[in-house]
Amino acid sequence: MTRPITKSLEIPVADGEGERYSLRMGPQHPATHGVLRVDLELDGETIVECTPQVGYLHRGFEKLAENKTYAQALILTDRLDYIAAMANNIGYCVAVEKLLGISVPLRAKYIRTITGEMSRLCSHLLWLATHALDIGAMTVFLYCFREREILLDLFEELCGARLTFSYPRIGGVRQDVTSAFIDELQRFLDIFPSKIEEYETLIDTNRIWLKRTVGVGKVSGEEALALGLTGACLRGSGVDYDTRKHQPYDAYDLVDFEVPLGSDGDIYARYRCRMEEMHQSARIIQQCIDQLPPGPIIGPDAPDLVMPNKVPARIEASTNAYGTGLIKLIRDRNLYVSGDVYVATEVPKGELGFYFISDGNNRPYRMHIRSPSFIHIGALAAIAKGELIADLIANIGSLDVVLGESDR
Amino acid sequence: MDILLMLVWIVVLFAVVMLHVAYATYFERKIIGHMQVRLGPMRVGWHGLFQPIADGIKSFFKEDIIPENADRPTFLAAPIICLVAMMTSLAVLPFAKGWVLADIDIGLLFIFAMSSLASYGVVLAGWASNSKFSFLGGLRSMAQVISYEIAMGLSLVGVMLLAGSLNLSEIVEAQGDRFLGMYLMPQCIGFFVFFIAMLAETNRVPFDLPEAETELVSGYCTEYSGMRYAIFFMAEYIGMMVMASIGTVCFLGGWNGPFPVPFFPPLWFVLKVYLFMFLFIWIRATLPRYRYDQLMDLGWKLLIPLALANIVLTACIKALVS
Repeated sequence: MTRPITKSLEIPVADGEGERYSLRMGPQHPATHGVLRVDLELDGETIVECTPQVGYLHRGFEKLAENKTYAQALILTDRLDYIAAMANNIGYCVAVEKLLGISVPLRAKYIRTITGEMSRLCSHLLWLATHALDIGAMTVFLYCFREREILLDLFEELCGARLTFSYPRIGGVRQDVTSAFIDELQRFLDIFPSKIEEYETLIDTNRIWLKRTVGVGKVSGEEALALGLTGACLRGSGVDYDTRKHQPYDAYDLVDFEVPLGSDGDIYARYRCRMEEMHQSARIIQQCIDQLPPGPIIGPDAPDLVMPNKVPARIEASTNAYGTGLIKLIRDRNLYVSGDVYVATEVPKGELGFYFISDGNNRPYRMHIRSPSFIHIGALAAIAKGELIADLIANIGSLDVVLGESDR
Repeated sequence: MDILLMLVWIVVLFAVVMLHVAYATYFERKIIGHMQVRLGPMRVGWHGLFQPIADGIKSFFKEDIIPENADRPTFLAAPIICLVAMMTSLAVLPFAKGWVLADIDIGLLFIFAMSSLASYGVVLAGWASNSKFSFLGGLRSMAQVISYEIAMGLSLVGVMLLAGSLNLSEIVEAQGDRFLGMYLMPQCIGFFVFFIAMLAETNRVPFDLPEAETELVSGYCTEYSGMRYAIFFMAEYIGMMVMASIGTVCFLGGWNGPFPVPFFPPLWFVLKVYLFMFLFIWIRATLPRYRYDQLMDLGWKLLIPLALANIVLTACIKALVS
């Protein structure tokens, strides 16, 4: 009986002579945050070459959007970065509003800012949870999920969905916030800083955590710019760039916040940046709650379904949804213009850009999404080279990539 | 007749230890659960009390998958090697005065030999699985066990010097039954080195690199399933118990306690072992994982020099006093 035995495995003998060991990590691997595949060439445990492969989650959103009206394509953006769907929705809406010249009422702007920052908190909590778990700190994972749960409950209270919201509308938001929502959010904001402290006591000054993160995955400011990094990955390297500050949209120019900067550009700097961002997000939400003005929540020229502000107590059964007066469709289609526009917003992962070419129709001629995760995965090859496998895992966590957004 | 009696004792010890292993997993899941603001197992029995039994039955009836390209005999033997080596070391542990299966004079050496042998199981498992992740896990384990075995052996030399024996019962008796007699105080450096090496030796957090699940999927046991996987698990837990017992015997005064217990002499021993087990679990809930090179750094550059210094210090003091 002949059977392949162990010698069929191409295991190099450790003679120190350029023998390489190739390892294919993913697409199913506990630490690649989805379906990322990384092809590694190893010398011992040192990475000689690292080739990230994406596309396992490709769903063709950019092409799909060409066959949908602007209002319909909104739901596709939920599935980009499913951890912070709200931020994508807002990014999309801001871009379409700019393209079509639609104005947004002030109250809607504030509500969007609140929900955008809430989704940033959600995303950062999940990032911290998985990043810590990748490095081996298991308890932080569950602590973060405890707080994330409160936020998801709040989203549920707000719009009925916990993951894919489609809450913002082109020209405003879908429903108004309730006072119960605001109270609950206020309660969350009161306890949140102490919860951040709780995570920090576990890992912030932990010697092992410091050993795993300080000086690992270093990117200088110039390199970061050259690689196209954005968000906390760029700010961790000391480059002061935040679309919320430098090209403000929604209500970001009406609230006061700081953009936390790191200097070393290593994993620890990026970690500190995001932790500070959580504090800043909480601060922004607090200001928005305090300043929240009254008024309409959707503009008069929104090319969308519009919900009534007040639901009638009793509704006659009818097969025609529009006949009930519950939903009215704005039928004025003259607002579509031709031209192209690129609008970037600051989502938790970095700069999310939408590029539209419009030919005057009610659907985009071409939509391109500049997704931060895709570009960050591209940078992984440069960052991880020469480091160990364990550092690769830490780097993937630190770049905070999500494959739904990368593969679109 | 003696042999028959011995066999009975072996079976009793085996059964008791297996029960402890099963409930050590329950203990761990409950404690970590409560540390992580959740409940742990709750479904099977009152507060999940029968969970370990359900787990055992489940893994027993699971399909036993052997990869096609695996080196079959080695693949099958590896978990058995682990378990047998770990079980064998139980023979020399003194649970109470006279409660020991084999009261041999080289007890401590015997345990070292067996725990080194157990690492063969891990290395062979990694090699025989014919999977790259398993192979890396096996390699890591080999390097880790060799480095930390040295540190651990050296850390216990101080105890051997003080007790003047390698027989575990004699080491306990040399500490006397007074609280201050424990070697924890005179051998605090040795205990420090021993404790860290103990974590590394049993592949526990923060040194769980051979099975680092976020890096190597599950390391050396990636390809194992069902009962064979459970055997690795059992071996790991028995390993923890053996290491905790050595810690108890060599540093915490073994079966001696503040007052003797009339009907169940090993009570103090068991409590001390469970104190160690609790520390294992507590550390797992708290610390992140070391990186491979940092692990080596710690072992060779800190623990071994410390242990050597401890030997010199202990020898000098002993020579001066006597």
